Amino acid sequence: MMGWLTRSVLPVATIVAAIVLIWYVAAVPMNAKRTYMMAPDDAQISLPELVEDTWSQKKPQLPLPHQVVRELKKQATFAWIWKEKRRGYKRSLIYHTWVTLSSTLLGFALGLVLGVSLSLAIVYSRVMDLSVMPWVITSQTIPIIAIAPMIIVLMAPLGFTGLMPKGVISMYLSYFPIVIGMTKGLRSSDPILEDQMKTWSASAFQTFWLLRLPSALPFLFPAMKIGLAAALVGAVVAELPSGARAGLGARLLVFSYRSETIPMWANLVSAAILAGLLVVSFGMLERAMNRRLGFRNAAEASS
Amino acid sequence: MSVVAADGLSLTFPGDVQALKDVTLTIEDGEFVSFIGPSGCGKTTFLRVVADLEHPTGGSVTVTGLTPEQARLNRAYGYVFQQPGLLPWRTVEGNVRLPLTLMGKDRQQAAEKVASVLKMVELDGFGNKYPWQLSGGMQQRASIARALAFDAELLLMDEPFGALDEIVRDRLNEQLLDLWRETRKTVLFVTHSIPEAVYLSTKIVVMSPRPGRIARIIDNPLPAERPLDVRESTDFLAVASEVRIALREGMDE
Repeated sequence: MMGWLTRSVLPVATIVAAIVLIWYVAAVPMNAKRTYMMAPDDAQISLPELVEDTWSQKKPQLPLPHQVVRELKKQATFAWIWKEKRRGYKRSLIYHTWVTLSSTLLGFALGLVLGVSLSLAIVYSRVMDLSVMPWVITSQTIPIIAIAPMIIVLMAPLGFTGLMPKGVISMYLSYFPIVIGMTKGLRSSDPILEDQMKTWSASAFQTFWLLRLPSALPFLFPAMKIGLAAALVGAVVAELPSGARAGLGARLLVFSYRSETIPMWANLVSAAILAGLLVVSFGMLERAMNRRLGFRNAAEASS
Repeated sequence: MSVVAADGLSLTFPGDVQALKDVTLTIEDGEFVSFIGPSGCGKTTFLRVVADLEHPTGGSVTVTGLTPEQARLNRAYGYVFQQPGLLPWRTVEGNVRLPLTLMGKDRQQAAEKVASVLKMVELDGFGNKYPWQLSGGMQQRASIARALAFDAELLLMDEPFGALDEIVRDRLNEQLLDLWRETRKTVLFVTHSIPEAVYLSTKIVVMSPRPGRIARIIDNPLPAERPLDVRESTDFLAVASEVRIALREGMDE
């Protein structure tokens, strides 16, 4: 227990404490301009007065942790579930996080299917290897923000609106790490084991199922973690040009028009918490898989 | 019937590396043949040709009367590599059962067979362990058990004990001889070690490098019954010195 505290909690807590400290100190000069602007011309502002004002503005340049936390407490509510008629859900961070989560998960699922299929094609077909890989890499040099509106516009006449185009935009970001990881993984099997399978005249499918796929899993899982985070970025970006009213991205846009910095930050923190939860739950899945595969730990699995 | 028959066998790798030149050799049923020689003499390549893992560029070779490819598809041989080559995510039992599963044996039969070969290599009780839980010598024994599991009449072994220490190696050599006497399989055994070759074989093929070829074939007159201390006998030392001289001559040519 003590070991776990000093190993896992202490380093993280130290960094968090340092960031919070820097945050509070930095907020004073960053928000000071507004304090002087609002004060009468001849006002003498003492340092304690300055600190007090810069830490409690309504629309500060840099909102403070306690303001963000207070906003989160107020908005992260499930009340919309039973008070739907009062339209309270439109302000609920839980509701908007759920909207973003659903298109993240859809995009990730699509990205996983596309990524794994492409890597199978690349590994098993020389032609695909030579022709597809350059395009996969090129696809990631085009900024998602440029291609997102086009996807929405192109999919609308096909009858896809709402969740589907957002999922496709998420997929566009999340399939990439999965293709790269899975391709590397499928090629990582030990040459001796490949020879061994050949001496038993194993079929191509048997070699894939019994050797290559298990060899690829330790590469696939970290790639899926990155793909999951990328899918979340895609989901947030997809909400910007789609005219969506719901979702963390859509809310960010609204608040930024109104210079409502505190809700903006509350949104950002929600997105970060969502990403953290997704990655942590995925890590648990990965550890379970490693145990199932008989690896001592993840480090050995990838070595 | 000869189990392996090579006639004028040659293999040149791309880039004009001649790995085997004009190898002519006949191995009869039940023989234990060692291949010895310095690095680059083609001993491993010869084994891989027999196993259809490499393809000759000249001459001919038959394995159990068939082409190497037909023999491989018939599962005519078991191959033990220099490294144990166990799947890390399968238990010892799972690894030994793997070739049987590939060959479509039913579960009951496979389980019995696995138990019996694990007993043969003295690994009974370790079936549920994962490879990383075993020592190097035990892993290599599991690998041998796996090669024995599907009853191929031919056993190809490529320096199986090369990475092990002397004490473990002696023990495994003894066990291998017992196994060979019990099963009467034909064994092709690649090694770097003169004592190992002399101790195990009925026939020693001395090879020399650049290009890889047979320098001399020495019949081993030692009796089939060989306790470890046979290595102190004058007969043993005489064969060993014959091998050593053949190796030196091969290098000088």
